[in-house]
Amino acid sequence: METRYPLAEGLYDPRYEHDACGVGFVVHIKGQKSHEIVAQGIQLLVNLEHRGAAGAEHNSGDGAGILTQIPHKFFAKKALDAGFTLPAAGDYGVGQLFLPLDKTEREAVRALFVKCAAECGQTILGWRSVPTYNGDVGESVKAVEPSHEQVFFGRGADAPDAAAFERKLYVVRKYAERTIRESGLPGAGHFYCGSLSSKTIVYKGLFTSTQVLDYFPDLTDVDFESALALVHSRFSTNTFPTWPLAHPFRYLAHNGEINTLRGNENWMRARESLLESKLFTNDEIAKLLPIIDPQGSDSAKLDNVVELLLMGGRSLPHVMAMLIPEAWEKDPDMSAEKRAFYEYHGTIMEPWDGPASVAFTDGEIIGATLDRNGLRPSRYQLTSDNVLVMGSEAGVLAFPPENIVLKGRLQPGKMFVVSLAEGRIIPDEEMKHTLASRQPYEEWLRKGKIDLASLSPSREIKQPAPETVLRRQKFFGYTLEDLKILMSPMVNGGEEALGSMGTDTALAVLSDKSRNLFDYFHQLFAQVTNPPIDKDREEMVMSLTTFVGKEDNLLEETPDHCRTIELPHPVLTNDELERLRWVDKNHFQAKTIPLVFKAESGTNRLEKALERIRRLATEAVQEGYNVLVLSDRPVDSDHAAIPSLLAVSAVHHHLIREGLRARCGLVIETGEAREVHHFALLLGYGASAINPYLAFESIEDMRRRKLFKDGLTLEKAEQNYVKAVNKGLLKVISKMGISTIQSYIGAQIFEAVGLGNAVVDEYFTGTASRIGGIDLATLEEETLVRHRFAYPSHEEEPTDIEVGGQYQWRQRGERHMLTPDVVHKLQHAVRTNNYKLYEEYTRLIDVQGDAPITLRGLLDFAAGEPIPLEEVEPAENILKRFASGAMSFGSISWEAHTTLAMAMNRIGARSNTGEGGEDPLRFKPLPNGDSMRSSIKQVASGRFGVTSEYLVNADEIQIKMAQGAKPGEGGQLPGWKVDKFIAKTRHSTQGVGLISPPPHHDIYSIEDLAQLIFDLKNSNDQARISVKLVAEVGVGTVAAGVAKAHSDVILIAGYDGGTGASPQTSIKHAGLPWELGLSEAHQVLIKNGLRSRVVLQTDGMLRTGRDIAIATLLGAEEWGVATGGLIAMGCIMMRKCHLNTCPVGIATQDPDLRKLFPGEIEHVVNFYKFLAEDMRKHMAALGFRTVDEMVGRVDRLKAREGVNHWKAKHLDLDKILYGMGKQVGNMHCCDKQDHGLEKALDWKLMEAAKPALESGKPVKATFEIRNVHRTAGTILSSNVTRKYGAAGLPEDTIHLKFTGSAGQSFGAFATPGVTLEIEGEANDYVGKGLSGGNIIVYPPKVSTFVPADNVIVGNVCFYGATSGEAYIRGKAGERFCVRNSGAEVVAESCGDHGCEYMTGGRLVLLGSIGRNFGAGMSGGIAYLFDPENKAPANINREMVDLEEVTEAEEAIDLKARIERHFEYTGSAAAKEILSDWKNSLKKFVKVMPRDYKRALAEMAAETMAKG
Amino acid sequence: MGKVTGFKEFGRKVPSYLPVEERVKNYDEFVVQMPVEEVQTQGARCMDCGIPFCHTGCPLGNIIPDFNDHVFNGKWEAALKSLLSTNNFPEFTGRICPAPCESACVLGINKPPVTIKNIEVSIIDHAYAQGWIKPTPPPYRTGKKVAVIGSGPAGLAAADQLNKAGHLVTVYERSDRLGGLLRYGIPDFKLSKKVVQRRADLMAAEGVTFRTNAEVGKNVSVEELKAYDAVVLAGGSTLARDLPIPGRDAKGVYLAMDFLRQNNKRVAGDTFTAEEEIKSTGKNVVVIGGGDTGSDCVGTSIRHGAKSVTQIELLPKPPETRTVETPWPQHPGPRMLSTSSSQAEGCVRDWSVLSKEFLKDAEGNLTGIRAVRLKWEGPKFTEVEGSEFIMPAERVYLAMGFLHPEHSLPDQLGVEKDERGNVKANPKDYSTSVPGIFAAGDMRRGQSLVVWAISEGRECARSVDAYLNGGVTRLEAKAKSLAEVSA
Repeated sequence: METRYPLAEGLYDPRYEHDACGVGFVVHIKGQKSHEIVAQGIQLLVNLEHRGAAGAEHNSGDGAGILTQIPHKFFAKKALDAGFTLPAAGDYGVGQLFLPLDKTEREAVRALFVKCAAECGQTILGWRSVPTYNGDVGESVKAVEPSHEQVFFGRGADAPDAAAFERKLYVVRKYAERTIRESGLPGAGHFYCGSLSSKTIVYKGLFTSTQVLDYFPDLTDVDFESALALVHSRFSTNTFPTWPLAHPFRYLAHNGEINTLRGNENWMRARESLLESKLFTNDEIAKLLPIIDPQGSDSAKLDNVVELLLMGGRSLPHVMAMLIPEAWEKDPDMSAEKRAFYEYHGTIMEPWDGPASVAFTDGEIIGATLDRNGLRPSRYQLTSDNVLVMGSEAGVLAFPPENIVLKGRLQPGKMFVVSLAEGRIIPDEEMKHTLASRQPYEEWLRKGKIDLASLSPSREIKQPAPETVLRRQKFFGYTLEDLKILMSPMVNGGEEALGSMGTDTALAVLSDKSRNLFDYFHQLFAQVTNPPIDKDREEMVMSLTTFVGKEDNLLEETPDHCRTIELPHPVLTNDELERLRWVDKNHFQAKTIPLVFKAESGTNRLEKALERIRRLATEAVQEGYNVLVLSDRPVDSDHAAIPSLLAVSAVHHHLIREGLRARCGLVIETGEAREVHHFALLLGYGASAINPYLAFESIEDMRRRKLFKDGLTLEKAEQNYVKAVNKGLLKVISKMGISTIQSYIGAQIFEAVGLGNAVVDEYFTGTASRIGGIDLATLEEETLVRHRFAYPSHEEEPTDIEVGGQYQWRQRGERHMLTPDVVHKLQHAVRTNNYKLYEEYTRLIDVQGDAPITLRGLLDFAAGEPIPLEEVEPAENILKRFASGAMSFGSISWEAHTTLAMAMNRIGARSNTGEGGEDPLRFKPLPNGDSMRSSIKQVASGRFGVTSEYLVNADEIQIKMAQGAKPGEGGQLPGWKVDKFIAKTRHSTQGVGLISPPPHHDIYSIEDLAQLIFDLKNSNDQARISVKLVAEVGVGTVAAGVAKAHSDVILIAGYDGGTGASPQTSIKHAGLPWELGLSEAHQVLIKNGLRSRVVLQTDGMLRTGRDIAIATLLGAEEWGVATGGLIAMGCIMMRKCHLNTCPVGIATQDPDLRKLFPGEIEHVVNFYKFLAEDMRKHMAALGFRTVDEMVGRVDRLKAREGVNHWKAKHLDLDKILYGMGKQVGNMHCCDKQDHGLEKALDWKLMEAAKPALESGKPVKATFEIRNVHRTAGTILSSNVTRKYGAAGLPEDTIHLKFTGSAGQSFGAFATPGVTLEIEGEANDYVGKGLSGGNIIVYPPKVSTFVPADNVIVGNVCFYGATSGEAYIRGKAGERFCVRNSGAEVVAESCGDHGCEYMTGGRLVLLGSIGRNFGAGMSGGIAYLFDPENKAPANINREMVDLEEVTEAEEAIDLKARIERHFEYTGSAAAKEILSDWKNSLKKFVKVMPRDYKRALAEMAAETMAKG
Repeated sequence: MGKVTGFKEFGRKVPSYLPVEERVKNYDEFVVQMPVEEVQTQGARCMDCGIPFCHTGCPLGNIIPDFNDHVFNGKWEAALKSLLSTNNFPEFTGRICPAPCESACVLGINKPPVTIKNIEVSIIDHAYAQGWIKPTPPPYRTGKKVAVIGSGPAGLAAADQLNKAGHLVTVYERSDRLGGLLRYGIPDFKLSKKVVQRRADLMAAEGVTFRTNAEVGKNVSVEELKAYDAVVLAGGSTLARDLPIPGRDAKGVYLAMDFLRQNNKRVAGDTFTAEEEIKSTGKNVVVIGGGDTGSDCVGTSIRHGAKSVTQIELLPKPPETRTVETPWPQHPGPRMLSTSSSQAEGCVRDWSVLSKEFLKDAEGNLTGIRAVRLKWEGPKFTEVEGSEFIMPAERVYLAMGFLHPEHSLPDQLGVEKDERGNVKANPKDYSTSVPGIFAAGDMRRGQSLVVWAISEGRECARSVDAYLNGGVTRLEAKAKSLAEVSA
C-alpha cells in the first residue's frame, strides 16, 4: 500500500485533494524552554479539534502534528538508552523518519538511506525507534501505519557553523528522498522524512488532534522541552491514508490553499537550471533536485520552496515576504522602500497566491503571516508570563483574564515574528523595514526595470489593407456574434457582455463547426476549499502587472535580477508590441517566431510546425534572445497558423523541459484572441503578454462601418476594449481566488474537454482532460477548414463571416438543445396535457444521432430484463425527488415564483426560494390547499432575507457555493429591480441595488463550511442541509469534504444551468457538464465510504426522462429541473432576463409585462408528471422497480455505438462509466449524518429558558463558555421563533450571560427577546444573521489591557444580520457588519473591509477603521468617531459619501446609542465621548451610501405626498 | 438588438394602402410607403430573442433580428448585407410573402408582431433607390455550364446562386417573359412586373443567359441539355386541380391561372381577341377556393368591374384567433381567418359550401352554381339536408390549388417521380434519379410559397456547386455554416 494518495481511478485523481485546517503555536518569547510549552501546544491542538475532520470512521483523522525545538535533554537521555552518546545541543541533527513497517523492507530502505548519507559525507551517530501507541486510531489508518524512527547525525568538520550543518542535512534529506523514491525498493513508498534538523523536530501523523499525545509517548516526557510548539490539525477533503501530508512540515504549517500551485510548480522547475550558490557545491545542488517533491500537497510544496530559499541564505521572514507578499501595488500609504522590496522580489518570483495563514519557524524565530486578502483568521494573545499563543481562534488556551497583556489578530498581508534570541515580538513594520533596507532595491529597480512606455517607438507599423480584414476574421473563426455580442459592449462601454439563462450548445468536441481551440477548455473556479475574491469591491488586492524578460538565479540577490520589462497589464496594443519587438536596452533582445505552416491537408504539417517553433525557441534562447514573440501575422492563402494557445503552451512546456523557460519572456501576437476567455487561456498556459492585432483591426473596421456609438475615436475604442479585457481577466482570476495576473501566468487553471491525451500530455502537460478526445490531425483539419473558408480556391463574391449561434439560436449556427421546435412542442404538450406531444418533444432531445450536443447524447442504456410498467414504483414517489431551480423572487416575478412553488407543492416536489428571502405570507397555505411556500430555502452569499423565521420554515436549507452559469461569482440586483415587495422580502430598501459577494464571507475553507452547516442545522434541526456545488475537475474531493462537513445533501450542478444575469465568459466557459461532475462526486464518495451518508442531486439542462435516468445511473437520486419548468410556464428563452424586459412576464418586475405572464400551475404539474412517467418507462425498460436500486448502476450504461462524428468519435467515456467498486446497497443515501447537535451548549440554555419558552416569563442565567461551544444561542432562538414567530418575545425576556471565550457563530440568528451577553471574548461570526436578538460583548472586568486596541470579536461579525442590537466593547476583526441589513451595532474599532456590502442598519464605531471601509455599501449608515481625521483615507468612496451629523434628531439618536453602549458594556471610550458630547459630535464622520440617501429621500417624499 | 424596451414603447405600424375606390382603378401596387424613419422605429420593436422563432419561421432562414437591429440603427447597408446573405430576392418576398416569420414572432405571443415583412421590403427598396444594387458579375468563371429549366422563383434563385459561384448559367423559360409564377401568376397590383424585370435585367447583366419562348422537350430538344454539366429542373407545379362536376363545360368556368395569366399579359400590353378574352366585367363572379390565387382572382375581377364577386370554400369558416390547434409560433395558414387586400376590396365570402353543378343556359353559358351547405365534424363533412341553393354566376374561377408538375419533360429526361407526381429528388441534395439533374421548388416539393421556392433554388444551387466542384461549395446555405464539417 502506498503511503501517499491512492492512484487515480475512474474520475478520481489525487491531484485535486484539498485541505484546510486549524493552525497555531505557543512560544515563550524569551526562549525559555519548558515541557509546559509542549503540553500547551498539545492542548491547543486538542482545542482546535473541531477545525479538523474525521472520515468515514470517527477515529480516523486527517492528520495532526507538532513541531518543537530539539528537546536536547530528552534526546540525550534516550540516546544513552539506545546505546550512543549525543554531543552538545546544536552539534547533532535528528531526522524523524517514516519507514516501512515490514522489517525486510525497512532494512533495505534504511540501508539505502545510510548509503545516501555517506555519499553526502555525513556521519550517523545512531538510530532510535520512536515508541508509539496506536490503540485509538482507526483501522484504515493502521493499515498503512509506518514505523517511526529517529536518526541522529553528528556535525562534522565540513559544517563550521549551525547554518552550514543545516545545509548539509538538507542535502542528505533531499538526496535520500529522491534516491529512495526512484529506487523501486519494495516499501520505498513508505519512506518519508518529516524533519531533519539540528534545530527542530516534527512529530506528526494521520491522527485526529486528540490522538497525537497518546500516539507519541515521547511528548509526555517531562524532559521533552521546547520554547516553542507549532501545531496543526488538518481537515482534508479525502479520507485516504496519507501520513506524510499531515502538518507541520519542516518549516511551516499552513491553513489555506495555494490556488496558483500548478504555475508555481512549473516556474520553480523552470528555475532549477539557473540555481547556483556559494553555499552549495554544484554537486550538492544536483542532489537537491527536484526542489519540489512531486507527491507533496500544496503546503508541502510551499515548504519545499521556503526551505530552498532559506537554505540559500535568506531569512525566514524574508522568504515569507517574498512568497506571500502584501498587496503593495495599490496601497498609497506604503513606504517607497517597502514597495520597492516587493516589486523587486516580484520580478524574481510570482506570489504563491491563495488564502493562507502560515505559521513558520526555524527554531530560532517563530512567526505567522496572512495572505494579502486576510482570508484566514489568526488571533493571538500574550500573557504576563511571556507566553504567546497564536491560533486560528481566540481562546484556544485558557489563561486567567488578568494575565493577558495583549490581544490581537493578524491583518491581511502582515507578518508577525517572535525572535527568541531577542526575546520580543518584532512588529510587522519593523520587520518589513529591516527587510526593505537590506539592499538598495529602489535604485536597483530604477536601473534595471524597463517601463514599456519608455522604449522608443519604432517605425510606422504597416497594417494590412482594411478591405481584406474579412479573410483574417474568417481564418481566425470570428463570428457576427463575436463582433456584436461580445466586442461591441467592450468597445462601447469598456464592459464585458452580460447574458442570461444557461448555455445549451454543443460542446466544442461535439460541434460540426470548426471551433477555436480555446473552446475546448473550461475555466476552473474556487468553491468551498478557498474563496473567490470580489475584484470590484476589494480591488486593492488585485494586480494586472506582468513582467516580460529573463529570470536569474533564485539563490542570489543582485541588481541584475530585476532587469525586466514591466507591463501594467498583459494586453499589448500594436504600438506597444512594436516597442517590445525592437527593444534594445539592458541586454534585452526580442525574437519573433512565425507560427504558420503550409495549408495542406493530410501531411502532418501542424505537428512538424510545432516541432519547428519549439526548435526555433530553443535556438533563440540559446543565442541570448530573452523575449520571444510568437506571431501568427504571416497567415496568407498558402499558410495557416498553429492555434495560438497550442503554440504558446507547446513552447512554454518545451522550454520548461529544456530548462530554458526562465531565461525568456513569452509574448503572443495573435489574430485569434478576442474574448476574455482567450486571453485568460493564453496567460494560463505561459504567455506574459498578448497582442490581439485582429481584434484591433476588427474594431477599426466596425468603427469605420459606424457600428459603434457615435463619436467614438479609434483610440478610445481600443482603450475601452483593453479595459474590458483586463476587467474580465481580473474576474476570471478572482473566481479562482487568485489576485495577481503574475501568479496566474502558467497556472493552467483549466480543464480540457475533448482533447486527446497525446495532445494534452505533450503540449498542455498537467491539464486534466478526462474523456480524451481529438488528436493533432483532427485539430489540424479543424484549422484547415477555416483556412479554406477564408482563402477559397477561387474568389467569389465574399460571404460574410459566420453567424456564430453560440449565444442566440441561429439556423446556420451552433447546435442547441433548446430549439424553436423543442420549446414549442413542450409548451404545446403541457398546455394540452398531451403525452404524445411530450413524446415528440423528447424525441427532439433524446435522439441526437450523429449530431450530439451533450455527453449523455453519446451514452446508451445497456439492455436489461424489462419489467411491466405497473411494477415500477408509482410516479408519486418519483415526483418527490424533483426540485425546481434556485431562482430568486427578484430575478423572476412574483407570479412566476409562486406558480412554480404551488406546482411543486402540489406534486410533493421541492421549489427553491433562490437568494432572495421569502415573504412570510407564503408560509401559510391558501384556502384551496395550495401553498406558495418554497420547501428549499437558499442561503447564498448575500444572505438576503435569511432570518430565523425564514430558516425555521424550511424543509431543506441549501447553501449555494456556486452556480453553474457563473461559478465563483457574485451577483447584483440593480436598484431599479428592487421594488417595494422585493425590498421587503430581502430586508433592504426600495430602489437601492443589492450585491451578492462572490464568496460567502463565512466560508473561506472547508472547515468554515462545516461551521455554517452546523449553524444552519442549529437554526432548524428538522431541515436537511444541502450544499450546491458546480461540476469541475476535483469536485469529487470537494464533495467528500462537504460530506465530512456533515451536509445531508450535495447538489452537483452542471455548468449549463440558468442564470438571471452573468458575464458571457462565465456562462460559456466556466465549469463542466454534470455528467463529469456527478460521476466524479459519486465515485469519490464511494471510494471514501461516504456515499451512503448523503443524498446526491444533480441539475443542469435536464430535459427528459432519459436525462433523468442517465443521471440516476451515474449516481444522482434526486434531480433539479428548472428551465423546463420555466418553459412550461411560458418561457421562450428570450435570454433577456438581465434586462427586465421578459415579454412573457417571467424574468421581469415590470408591472406591465408581469400582466402578460401566461403560466398556470397545471402546466407545470403536467410537465413534471410527464417527466416522472417518462422516467418510469425507462425504468421498466431497464428492469428497475425503484429509483433506489437504480442509483449508481453505471454498468447499465454504455457508450453509444456507431457515432459517426469527425470529432466525437475520438472520445472515451470509460472514466464516466467507471464502477467504483460493487457496493450495492450503499450507493444511495441510507444513513444519517451525525450533526453532533446533542453536544450543543444550547440544551442547557433551553433548560434555563424554559419558563420564557413556555409562558413568556423573563429569565436570567449565567454560563461559562469556551471556544468549543459553537453557535451558542441558535437552537434556543429557533425555538423562540417556532413558538412566537418572527416577532419573538419582548426584549430581554431571555437574558443569558456568559463568561469566557465563545466559539464561532455566537448568537447566530438570535431572535427578539433573546439577549446574549459575554464577559470575555468571542471568535468569528458573532451575530451572524442576527434576527432581532441583542448581543453584548465586553472584556473581563479584571483585564488590564485597553479594550479599544484589543481584538474582542473575530472576523465577519453580523454577516447578513437583519435586525437586533449589539454592543461590542473592543476591536472587531475584518469585514465587520458585512452585508448587514438591519442590525444596530456599536463597537470600538474594526479591521479591513468594514460594512462591506451593507444594505441597512446602523453602525457606530468609537475608534479606528481598517482599509476599504464601506466597499459595496449600498444602504444603512455608519457613524465613525474620528478625532484625528484618519478615517476618510480608509473609506472606499465608490458608493458612499462622507457627511457630518447636522440634524438634531439624528444627533440625539446617535447619543442615545452611545449611552446604551456605555450602559451595557461600561465602555471608557463611550464615557469619554459622552463627557464632551458637543465637541465629540463634530468629530463623527457619517458614512452615507449615495443610493440609500436618494431612496430615503424618495420614500420621504412619497410619504409626504400621501400624508 | 433594436431598442431594449422598444416593443413596449412603440406600437405596430404597417404601411397603409391606397383607398379601395382609388386602387381598383388600375393595376398598380397600392402600398403607401412609410417614411424611412418610421420603418426604423418599427425595427426598435424587435426583441432580439435568444431563440428568434421568426428565423425558423422563415423558410429562407432570414436572420431577421440582425437586420431589424441594423434598420433600427439606420445601418441600411449592413441590413442589406445580412438580408442578401439568405435571400436573393427580398423585393419579391417582401411584397407577396404571407410572412410566416411574423406568425412566429415572439412579440406576437401577446402583442402585434414586428413588421418584419415591411422591414424586409424597405431594406431592398431603399437599396435600389440608393443605387446600391448594381450588377456584380463574378470575378472568376469555373467554365462549368448549368441549365436551369424554369424562370420562376426557384429557377431564378438557383441561377443567381450558380452564377455567383462562377458557373455559366442558362435559364430556359417557355413563356414569352421571365418570372414564371412571379410574372404570370401574381397580379401586378401585388407585385409590379417592373420589379421582376429589374431583377431579371440585373441577373442578365451579371452574366446569366435567359432564353424565353424556349420549352425544353417541346421547342428546345432535350438533347441540347447534354451540353451542360448540370441541369436544374425548376418548372413549378403547374397542373391545376379541376372540379369535374356536371356543367364543367359551361362557358365562363375557367382555371384561375388562365384568367390571371391573361390579365397580366394584358397589363403588360398584350392584346387578345374577343374569343380569347377572359374578363369579369359586369359579371357575377364566383371564385372557388380560398387561397392566395383565389384572392388574386377576386382583386382582378374587381378591377375588371365585376357586378359581384363571391368567394366560396369547402372548409368551414376558421376562427378569427389562434386556437389550441394553431398555437403560436405556428403559421396558422387557412386555419385562422384572414382577409386579403383583394377580399377587402369588396367580395362576399362563404364557407362550408360544396358546388354540385355548374348551371348553364341554352348557349352553354354559365348562369350559376347549384351548391349545398356542409356540416363539418372534425375532418369529415356531411351535406346539410335541404340546404341546397343556387348562386347566380356568369364567371367561375377555379382556384383550388395545383396537383403536380407537368410530366412531359421529366419523362423525357427519365427522372423518377414520387407518389404525389412530383419530381423525386433527395431532400438533402436535390439530386434526382439521373446524375447531374437536380430539381427544386414546386416541381420537387409540390405547390408552395414563393419563399420556399427561393429557398429550394438556393439550397439546390449549393448542391449543384458542390457536384461541380468535387464536393466543395462556397455558397451560403440556410442551416449550415461554410466552415463546418458534417458527418
